[in-house]
Amino acid sequence: MSEPVYRLQEVTKDYDGRRVLQVDHLDIFQGEILALVGPSGAGKSTLLRMLNFLEPPTSGQIRFLDSEFGPGRPAPLPLRRKVTTVFQRPMLLNRSVWANVIYGLRLRGHSNSAHLVQATLEQMRLEDLSRQRARTLSGGEAQRVALARAMILRPEVLLLDEPTANLDPYNVGLIEENVKRLNRELGATLVLVTHNVFQARRMAHRVALLLEGRLVEVNQVDAFFQSPRDPRTAAFVRGEMVY
Amino acid sequence: MNEILRGVAEAVRLIATGDPALREIVLLSLRVSGTALLLSTVTGVPLGALLGLSRFSGRRLVTAVLYTGMGFPPVVVGLSVYLMLSRSGPLGQLDWPLVPTLFAPAAMVIAQSIISFPLVAGFTMAAVMGVDPQLRRQIESLGATRVQNALTVLSEARVGVLVSIIAGFGSIISEVGAVMMVGGNIEHRTRVLTTAIVLETRKGNFDLAMAMGAILLSLAFLTNLAVLLFQGRMFDR
Repeated sequence: MSEPVYRLQEVTKDYDGRRVLQVDHLDIFQGEILALVGPSGAGKSTLLRMLNFLEPPTSGQIRFLDSEFGPGRPAPLPLRRKVTTVFQRPMLLNRSVWANVIYGLRLRGHSNSAHLVQATLEQMRLEDLSRQRARTLSGGEAQRVALARAMILRPEVLLLDEPTANLDPYNVGLIEENVKRLNRELGATLVLVTHNVFQARRMAHRVALLLEGRLVEVNQVDAFFQSPRDPRTAAFVRGEMVY
Repeated sequence: MNEILRGVAEAVRLIATGDPALREIVLLSLRVSGTALLLSTVTGVPLGALLGLSRFSGRRLVTAVLYTGMGFPPVVVGLSVYLMLSRSGPLGQLDWPLVPTLFAPAAMVIAQSIISFPLVAGFTMAAVMGVDPQLRRQIESLGATRVQNALTVLSEARVGVLVSIIAGFGSIISEVGAVMMVGGNIEHRTRVLTTAIVLETRKGNFDLAMAMGAILLSLAFLTNLAVLLFQGRMFDR
């Protein structure tokens, strides 16, 4: 197994004194696709925000590459820029598709990137929409723009928070195909939050189950679905867990 | 009704003939209100963005002061500036070159800046707070610095920010109390459209007063139209 990109040790997150997440230990390895599954309110999105350094943990340490972060120790900008998130809602800027896709590059001072934008738009089958205002797009198109905007940055880690929820099969297929390509061709590490166990099975190398803020099981995808160690995982896989 | 029609006709005549006295008054009105708006924009927009984007102790107090300022009667602002700048006032007695004297355009600019600043800052704050917090998180996730994040949020709130500037302009181009008090309505020196309208009305020159009223309305309309066209050209892309 490759080196861990992230190592989480005794990480907790509290909101208003209420503990919503407690991860005793979790390694996320270079180049893997890790799916985080679990019912709503299990802490999946909270964990993702901490992996993107958008929120600090209440306690514990997050080791990212060779640097450690924790409460009161925010990640510096160069490290933050190695990670990005695609959220469930596309959250596009009120600009053209082209301007949205190039946005992250401009933040980094790369203004001469037209060829890269064009190639990314073609890859996401958005080239005919490049001049269109982003807020006039359909849900699927908007989410493809959000993914294009993240992919063009060639992130070392891409975090996906329910990126295909409520999308039609065409857009789901297109997004999954491009996410897999990013992982396969560029070696990006992916963490995918999903409610869809079938998607987790299709996409992930490993799957982690979160329940009530705690990691129940982290396992290779086949083992997770075929021979889970924890009875709660087995119940979740069988669809017996109501949420 | 006759006065109104004669006033409109007189306005057309004055504009068509390029009346020099009117031109002087219009230009001074635009210079004073334009400078005041510029000052309140360069200070009010950043403050509004700061209040809308960050949480710090004393923020509620600053916001409450700002909201109170949005309702300041211009005549009270004029009185305050008058007392500050008069020879016996705390600023006037300093006799510093940078402190403007009363009955000068600079004093009118200060008074109008104080009137428009809370409007610009307050409406900017509301516009910025209206931007989806999740979008701010997305911007941060894409690698924005705090300044880049703030500028992007301001850009997303641009319609609201423009409205704040337009509201600030509307509040000062049409006010009479403050400029009358600190400017004194001196011919060729501090006479602006609103003070001239008051003067001509008192003299019974209703045609001329109506004409200047029509010109004032047209100026406000044209300025707002120009801002909206600018907004369309700059942002509807």
